[in-house]
Amino acid sequence: MKLLELLGYFNYWVFAIILTVGLYAVISKSNLIKKLIGLSIFQSAVFLMYITMDKVEGGTAPIIQAGMKDQVFSNPLPQVLILTAIVVGVSTLALGLAMVVRIKESYGTIEENEILGAD
Amino acid sequence: MDLLAHLPALQVIVPMLSAPLIVLLQPRGLAWAGATAVALLSFAIAVSLTLAVLDGQTIEYAMGGWPAPYGIALSVDAFSALMLLVVTGASTAALLAAKPSIDKQIELGRQPLFYSAWLLVLSGLVGIVVAADAFNIFVFMEISSLASYILIAGGPDRRALPAVFKYLIMGTIGATFYLIGVGLIYMMTGTLNLADMEARIGDVVEINPVLVAAGFITIGLALKAAVFPLHVWVPNAYTHAPHMVTVFLAACATKVSLYVLIRFDYMVFQSKLVDHDMQFAMFAMPLAILGILVASAVAMFEGHLKRLLASSSVAQIGYILLGASLVSVIGLSASATHLFNHALAKGGLFLAVACLAYQYKDLRLDQLGGASTRMPWTCAAFVVCGLSLIGVPGTAGFISKWLLINAALQSGPWGWGLVAIILISSLMAVVYIWRIVEALYFNDPVEDDVLTSSEAPLQLLLITGLVAILNIYFGIFPQVPLELANSAAALLMEGAK
Repeated sequence: MKLLELLGYFNYWVFAIILTVGLYAVISKSNLIKKLIGLSIFQSAVFLMYITMDKVEGGTAPIIQAGMKDQVFSNPLPQVLILTAIVVGVSTLALGLAMVVRIKESYGTIEENEILGAD
Repeated sequence: MDLLAHLPALQVIVPMLSAPLIVLLQPRGLAWAGATAVALLSFAIAVSLTLAVLDGQTIEYAMGGWPAPYGIALSVDAFSALMLLVVTGASTAALLAAKPSIDKQIELGRQPLFYSAWLLVLSGLVGIVVAADAFNIFVFMEISSLASYILIAGGPDRRALPAVFKYLIMGTIGATFYLIGVGLIYMMTGTLNLADMEARIGDVVEINPVLVAAGFITIGLALKAAVFPLHVWVPNAYTHAPHMVTVFLAACATKVSLYVLIRFDYMVFQSKLVDHDMQFAMFAMPLAILGILVASAVAMFEGHLKRLLASSSVAQIGYILLGASLVSVIGLSASATHLFNHALAKGGLFLAVACLAYQYKDLRLDQLGGASTRMPWTCAAFVVCGLSLIGVPGTAGFISKWLLINAALQSGPWGWGLVAIILISSLMAVVYIWRIVEALYFNDPVEDDVLTSSEAPLQLLLITGLVAILNIYFGIFPQVPLELANSAAALLMEGAK
């Protein structure tokens, strides 16, 4: 029973693992592009959490159909929220990459330790 | 059609919609004029909202006529009004003074884009303040952060780029933590509206996810607010940003996150979670005290003018958090007053720095010799704002430190210890401000430097002087910010009961 209970939270385990993997990459990598990849992984974990919690067992898309009664719908709100968060994530990534390009232009490197040594 | 009723929405929408229009204003100086006009309009809206809530009432606004908790709600109470005044005031003062300094630091062709990003920061910050639901706060936080990364990286200093990259990484981690916390609360309560959340948290049976959410939200917002020890992005970002951007962001950006932290904790968590006020106090107070002492000590030994003031900002965030961590009406009122007064003092100091930067390329303290002969008015304004930062009687800074000491004394047996810490850190502030004054007034100018009396441009100087005078004005007539802070504190504590 205990094992089944743990497995029942499968998505949340994956969420926690992806979150820490991403955070680890952000902290440990010196290459700025790899840091941004880590940041993206970190943010995707949150997307998974939101998508997981809106699922209602047996639920379908929330569209009211004529003649159908007592339908079970999944909650559409977290999906809307996370759509916004994905947009935010994409813009952050784009801005981060733009910064990396400018760092490369003015420092000639994208390794963090070399940049710190340069000034 | 009653325009007044729509002021909370206009507060956000005016700068947001003007931002893309400013990009079109290519001819010389027009972009600046447009942005300044918009900032002034925002400030006027903030003032009229403040007048409307001065008697302690709350303005609720339902976007598109959809009532809360289903629609998107905005709300303005005394605390938000105080914050709106700080944000729009800082942006207006900085923009009014900005033109000479920005002309010097940013090429003409890129200026419309720069002012457009500025208005986006403004719109994001006021959005955070007026938003009444947790997810919109996140969205506005990201709007303001993304735009402020652009502002900081916009200057000629290449060291701003790694600094902004670090800020981007830490800011995004903070915002994502906040998002996780909001998700967990939504999971347990099914609502995003802050007032609704507060009502429903009491019915949650399984309380652990809410506690985890409180942790995520507190850490995430503390990262954004540069609470010690999560402040490491601040010194470099403030030091290498264009000078006017430092004025704007140092005066209000981190404080808005702190505002959300205080509001979220008092309105949502403290009312229903058992012993949460104690947990909050035990968590926030040590960080606040460490922040005050460590950051002041760092500032005492810092050799670069802007970096010194940035370190001092971290210490001041500590004062604001200390007041909030006392969990009392008078403590919160001290916090809110200090939010206002510190914005005045630090804004004025960074404005004076922008004036100095007009004549001095290198802002390290040992390069600033002879500044008082060359720029007497700038240096005078600097000293006034510096006194306000220290908390000398007769300046705005004194009012909030006095309130904070009062609050500490009433907080219980360890109150004396807190008073001692506040006094010690004020002495440390005397030391680091004196180091700058010494450099400005008593150091000999560096070699082969011809001393001529050449002040900063009048536009810049006038605003700097005005802010310095306001520091004295609000030290002698502190009624308006005090009244707002008191009713804000009363509202927050009422929410916490």
